[in-house]
Amino acid sequence: MSRRLKTGGRLIDRDRPVEFTFDGKALRGYAGDTLASALLANGQRVMGRSFKYHRPRSVVAAGPEEPNALMEIGTGARFEPNQRATVQPLWEGLSARSQNAWPSLAFDVGRVNDLASRFLPAGFYYKTFMAPRPAWKHVFEPFIRKAAGLGSAPTEADADRYEFKYAFCDTLVVGGGIAGLTAALAAMRAGERVILVESRATLGGRAATDGAEIDGKAAEDWIKNAVEALEKSESVTLVARCEGSGVYDHGYVICTEDLTGFKADKSGPRERVWRIRAGRVIAATGAIERPLSFAGNDIPGVMLASAVRDYLLDYGVSPGERTVIVTNNDDAYRTAKALLEAGLRVPAILDVRPEVNSPIVRDIKDLGVKVHMGRGIARVHGNDAVTGVSVCLQAGDGAVMQEIRCDAVAMSGGWSPVVHLWSHCGGKLLWDAERAMFRPDPARPPTGADGEGFVKTAGAASGALTTAEVLADAAETVGGDAPSTAVVEEAPIRPVWVMPEGAGPKLRAKMWLDYQNDVKVSDVRLAAQEGFESVEHAKRYTTLGMATDQGKLSNINGLAVLADRLDRTIPEVGTTTFRPPYTPTTIGALAGEARGETFQPLRRTPMHDWAETHGAYWEPVGHWRRAYCFPRAGESHADAVSREVKNTREHLGMLDASTLGKLLVRGPDAGRFLDMLYTNMMSTLKPGRCRYGLMCDENGFLIDDGVVARIDEQTWLCHTTTGGADRIHGWMEDWLQCEWWDWKVHVVNLTEQFAQIAVVGPNARRVLEKLGGMDVSAEALPFMAWADGTLGGVDVRLYRISFSGELSYEIAVPASRGAALWSALMEAGADFDVMPYGTEALHIMRAEKGFIMIGDETDGTVVPQDLGLDWAISKKKDDYLGKRGQMRSEFHKPDRWKLVGLETLDGTALEDGAYAIGEGTNANGQTVVQGRVTSTYHSPTLDRGIAMGLVARGPERMGEVIRFTRIGQEPQEARIVSPVFFDPEGEKANV
Amino acid sequence: MLLLTCPNCGLTVEETELAPGGEAHLTRFGPASGDAEFEAYLFLRDNAKGVHFERWCHAYGCGKWFLAARDTATLQVFGTYSAQTKEPPAEILESIAKGRAT
Repeated sequence: MSRRLKTGGRLIDRDRPVEFTFDGKALRGYAGDTLASALLANGQRVMGRSFKYHRPRSVVAAGPEEPNALMEIGTGARFEPNQRATVQPLWEGLSARSQNAWPSLAFDVGRVNDLASRFLPAGFYYKTFMAPRPAWKHVFEPFIRKAAGLGSAPTEADADRYEFKYAFCDTLVVGGGIAGLTAALAAMRAGERVILVESRATLGGRAATDGAEIDGKAAEDWIKNAVEALEKSESVTLVARCEGSGVYDHGYVICTEDLTGFKADKSGPRERVWRIRAGRVIAATGAIERPLSFAGNDIPGVMLASAVRDYLLDYGVSPGERTVIVTNNDDAYRTAKALLEAGLRVPAILDVRPEVNSPIVRDIKDLGVKVHMGRGIARVHGNDAVTGVSVCLQAGDGAVMQEIRCDAVAMSGGWSPVVHLWSHCGGKLLWDAERAMFRPDPARPPTGADGEGFVKTAGAASGALTTAEVLADAAETVGGDAPSTAVVEEAPIRPVWVMPEGAGPKLRAKMWLDYQNDVKVSDVRLAAQEGFESVEHAKRYTTLGMATDQGKLSNINGLAVLADRLDRTIPEVGTTTFRPPYTPTTIGALAGEARGETFQPLRRTPMHDWAETHGAYWEPVGHWRRAYCFPRAGESHADAVSREVKNTREHLGMLDASTLGKLLVRGPDAGRFLDMLYTNMMSTLKPGRCRYGLMCDENGFLIDDGVVARIDEQTWLCHTTTGGADRIHGWMEDWLQCEWWDWKVHVVNLTEQFAQIAVVGPNARRVLEKLGGMDVSAEALPFMAWADGTLGGVDVRLYRISFSGELSYEIAVPASRGAALWSALMEAGADFDVMPYGTEALHIMRAEKGFIMIGDETDGTVVPQDLGLDWAISKKKDDYLGKRGQMRSEFHKPDRWKLVGLETLDGTALEDGAYAIGEGTNANGQTVVQGRVTSTYHSPTLDRGIAMGLVARGPERMGEVIRFTRIGQEPQEARIVSPVFFDPEGEKANV
Repeated sequence: MLLLTCPNCGLTVEETELAPGGEAHLTRFGPASGDAEFEAYLFLRDNAKGVHFERWCHAYGCGKWFLAARDTATLQVFGTYSAQTKEPPAEILESIAKGRAT
């Protein structure tokens, strides 16, 4: 039974009790507690259930490496699953829930998986849920989905805000232990700008807990002085509760700072993401203690020896009354010392090493503790709590020599440097056999822009183990003097990967490697046996190291077991890849302020406000908002669209066309340039005239279209699609800067400089005449001509172009005059039954006329010839972008899908994207298709469904009836017709 | 996230200010070219692990294209230079030779 001790706990404030709840039960801890220490203090050892076997689990660690104590924290819009209780500070009112248990943590039905565990080995899912096929959908998948997963997903949108901070420094130190402090002090003294981040609330790291003498002072005092010196310096920024999450190219580092996660007051941003560009990064990230693999090493009460020390000394919490210590190194003896000093009992120390005679071992023996050399644990007894251990020879097969009664086990398998930040950007590791650890290879660091290493490690992260080594390494890394400390002699570690050495299958099946994902020694051996020899394959097959802790405790032990089974050395097997972030990061933090309305910038046309006040129903088009339609009271959107189309065809409609791209191309070589960019000839266009043009990429595929107006001898104005404006501008610049850089042409994107209003319908000319100011007659301004002039006193450029088949003008005015002109036109148009129309009416009217739309009729695989646009492809030009691509044989196959109109026999509309059904089935047994629908509408003008589509040999098959797919229904029949459904002679525009 | 110096405006900028443009120094093959030449121009890339000449556009800055010589494995940058060159300039080649030697 764990409990709070009467005294001790350097991080807690016993004068400030904190109330919280766990699974609805009201509990009390102290300010400074973590959730885990407070639960242990309340005797709550079982904190969760494992993923696969639902075994009861308690904390094994005291830091971010914790695999077991994952909880659901908070409620409602501040609910978060899978939070590690070991790093969750306690705050007043915190509510925590255990997860992965049903119906309760104490009694969990899923535990049956544990009893059946020998039938659920590695790769179980791959092997079992194979057949029969329908069972996957109806039985296996629903079952697995219900059983899998740890916490539940939040149901409400996150209530919190997050923010970014950009920072620059010469040296970024990650980790505020004595190594990080030494490095930061040295960099500060060298006159550098320094940022030091520490993930915990307090600085000092392990030295503060374990104690040492530095520069003649107690570690805690030395740390205090160091922190004061750094805080005083103007060139140093110290940030606590801030984790170095990931190191990226060229010294870019992401750190995440907790702002409100540790306190009851949730006002203000919850987290701050630091985006730091550092000249160099010092990873003083310490080391993580490894568990030992013995049978029952996951039973609540079995903990890392260092964690036992942390709970005792930092929080005044005892994990048990009688703690057996099992170790392969000297460090665990510190735990014995701490337990004894707290008045707790250590019935035995089991040390796998045959003989050790270092000072700390002698000290502990002198205190009367029984130290058994060459021994290990055969198995731990107990279900929900440790009740004892069976002792065996480490060199044997697990024959029990002795039983020891105890309620806790402190284990130490040695220390692994935290090399994540070193490795994120490609730093390599070497295997140090003497220390039994992978540590950074200083000769192969991650390299920056100058080809030099930009990450260094300091202290335990480099593989240093003792205080003296840590300080010396940190000073050497940065180039300063090491603080003085006594050199303490330690006996070497003896690597142990399985306990005991000769353990049989029965014991191996109860030795946990990855606690969270329930991967055992037996699973890794099975993976090797089944051929998953690469460490990356074995990882994925067994899920070793794939849980939310990313194998912080399990990776080294796992790959050692793999190496042993494969008869290879550990460095031959190697590690899996270390990827950021170091611990899970809230998605909201990475999004920062970019959510909701601030996710993307919003572009508004000069007439946006008018449309808003006149009931526009908006649709997003790129970053723009365009009016889809203007529904009136009681009207559906479809009703509104239908009315807008009819009114435009019969009277007068107005469209805000301002979003169309407007690129001004000017210079002595502009004509030559546009001849290369467009498939047709633009250099021959006369000033004052317009021409419709197509642009293709070098593959020959159609990428944009629009009307080009020649302004003067050296100037053309190219209209692009709304979505294409920036892309085509970039496309033009690319060719001008990188291919034809000697051509005298320049391009200006004028899209936002002009408002553009389409005035469309039989009354279009009349409304312009009413405004007056320029001759808009057919003689003065014929179809595809443009002219500068004034309308109603506003300077305009007037294009007579049509995308609807109606008499139509597009009026361009400086953006600042757009709203005024629009209002003037609406007012003048009242006599001519004017109505605004939106993008859907625009689409329908162009489809009725058989005009293509980029993105509907094209999808990046369509050449203009597929769309019957051969007339817009110049035969006279030697070259244009896409010409060579279009010469390829694929585009000249007779059965190519080509554009046609489609008319259903029953008058309904075809489904968007429907496939034309062909004859028979293909080699995969799928129905052969012979085309697809690219645009489909109900035409208000013709009062029936009309569609365009690409159909194999389509234009040769006029009148033929083919069938189209319909989701969930019988196929629909349609006749192949001309894509021009309305006014094929073009009489309406020609007035 | 890479740091590259735009030779057009002289600024050293973050990768997020730039738009990548793939391999540099390609020769365009037009309608007079054979299938093999055209295929190579359009599709075949070295995809080097090591020294790579590549196109970048300072899209959220001066808007100009430039070229960079970079090691794709170590991320060492040997230099950036004008997009208006058919081949890497001598000083870039020198920088590569020097960088490779160390």
